[in-house]
Amino acid sequence: MIEVKNIYKGFNGVEILKDVSAVFENGKTSLIIGQSGSGKTVFLKCLLGLFETEKGIISFDGRNYAELGIKVRRKLREEIGMVFQGSALYDSLTVEQNVMFPIKMFKNSSQKEMLIRVNEVLERVNLEKSNKKYPSELSGGMKKRVAIARAIVMNPKYLFCDEPNSGLDPQTSTLIDNLIHEITVENNITTIINSHDMNSVMEIGDKIILLKDGYKVWDGTKDEVFYTDNEAVTSFVYSSNLFKKVREVYTGNIKL
Amino acid sequence: MNYIEHTGKYFAMLKQIFRKPQKWIIFKESLFREMEDIGINSIGITAFISFFVGGVVVIQMALNLENPFIPRYLIGYATRMSLVLEFSPTLMSIILAGKVGSYITSSIGTMRVTEQIDALEVMGVNSLNYLVLPKIIASVVFYPLLVTLGIFLGIYGGMVAGVLTDLISMPDYITGLRTDLDPFHFTYSMIKTVVFAFVIATIPAYHGYYVHGGSLEVGRAGTKAVVWTSVVIIVLNYFLTQMLLS
Ligand SMILES: Nc1ncnc2c1ncn2[C@@H]1O[C@H](COP(=O)(O)OP(=O)(O)OP(=O)(O)O)[C@@H](O)[C@H]1O
Ligand SMILES: [Mg+2]
Repeated sequence: MIEVKNIYKGFNGVEILKDVSAVFENGKTSLIIGQSGSGKTVFLKCLLGLFETEKGIISFDGRNYAELGIKVRRKLREEIGMVFQGSALYDSLTVEQNVMFPIKMFKNSSQKEMLIRVNEVLERVNLEKSNKKYPSELSGGMKKRVAIARAIVMNPKYLFCDEPNSGLDPQTSTLIDNLIHEITVENNITTIINSHDMNSVMEIGDKIILLKDGYKVWDGTKDEVFYTDNEAVTSFVYSSNLFKKVREVYTGNIKL
Repeated sequence: MNYIEHTGKYFAMLKQIFRKPQKWIIFKESLFREMEDIGINSIGITAFISFFVGGVVVIQMALNLENPFIPRYLIGYATRMSLVLEFSPTLMSIILAGKVGSYITSSIGTMRVTEQIDALEVMGVNSLNYLVLPKIIASVVFYPLLVTLGIFLGIYGGMVAGVLTDLISMPDYITGLRTDLDPFHFTYSMIKTVVFAFVIATIPAYHGYYVHGGSLEVGRAGTKAVVWTSVVIIVLNYFLTQMLLS
């Protein structure tokens, strides 16, 4: 469980995150949604400790991040898997080496054991035949999938994904969403996903948090998203014509 | 930020770098990769430049020592001295600062702006130790060899040039090379080289690691790194010479 209490973060005097609090539970997929520039990536990076917050508390199962020493922080980070918005694969390593990197760094497995594990996760993200390719030889969607494989290879306790399915076709996108959700439930991990994809919200959003201009303006479940009167939510969700139609069908204004 | 802050941050960086590697196999693999990128790939340019500069030094010495009272063998002596004391350690280091320094800044800087460094940190890797320590060890180990090679090839290049142009005879040249041999000169040269190697690995690493922005900034950081590395080498050269030789 990750608890966030009243965090603030700004750059050069401009406040980006303002008084954000939230609780993320084990075995649940929480989605942070919001417009481009609303602070989703900054929020995630604050949780990861890549940005230092100005105020507030972030605790991982009771461990207050700010109070941990540098060594304990590194240990905690071994329990974290992260998929960056731009994938952030290691350019000089092949797909296989990228995914193997965390195991090689932190475990004492044999080469054979590591390979078995790597192939297992690559299979899960539907990427079997690219082991020896370098990141520069992959498409954007393939890079994303390698990044996901790398993030889950160590069986993390906390999984963070910054727009894991942007740039993916709807089928692969759904596959990735479901994969993340399955892993979350299977291993009872705490998963936080940044997204502006309403499909993901429908598929896997156990909990939805809406950020707007750095404020948390709403949270709730995926069903509540469609029934709430909250103006920020409705204007975000129903900016797409598809969902406008869906709502009209739901509320009986249109007959099929 | 002012110079004092940068210097402070630089030394704080060094403190993070000099930790025990988290995994020896990974360290060993990176070390071999860096030996190749930083060391082996610099052999060609070192050999080429040293050979020709040796030749030029001999020709210049010969043309400027026309006075019949000055023995010809002094050409060999002066060539050896200038190669051992200054040319090979200092000038080669400046050239390597350009070649290797820009490689180090751009490779680390690119990792920074594409969030690869963040990805390392998020995994719990000490990114400075992982990325920079192998580069430092590779250059500190390899550059003394490169500079030694440079000295020998420079002397050889000088001999070829001198003999081919009939400016000095082979026996004279060799007598000159053997005149007043002082092993400490070679030690001095190696001490300088090791210090410069450390500078060549760490200053560009600093500029790459702390870059902000995109590819444009990485390019700018590369230029800055090369300039600063060269300036620091020149200044240290002055102080080391004063400390060790006077
Ligand atoms: N390192 C930084 N320095 C200064 N400002 C930043 C930095 N990172 C982000 N910002 C600012 O913070 C705001 C929120 O950015 P953020 O990247 O969190 O948006 P986002 O919600 O992830 O958008 P998107 O959906 O497009 O990825 C933006 O106005 C951005 O300019
Ligand atoms: Mg973002």
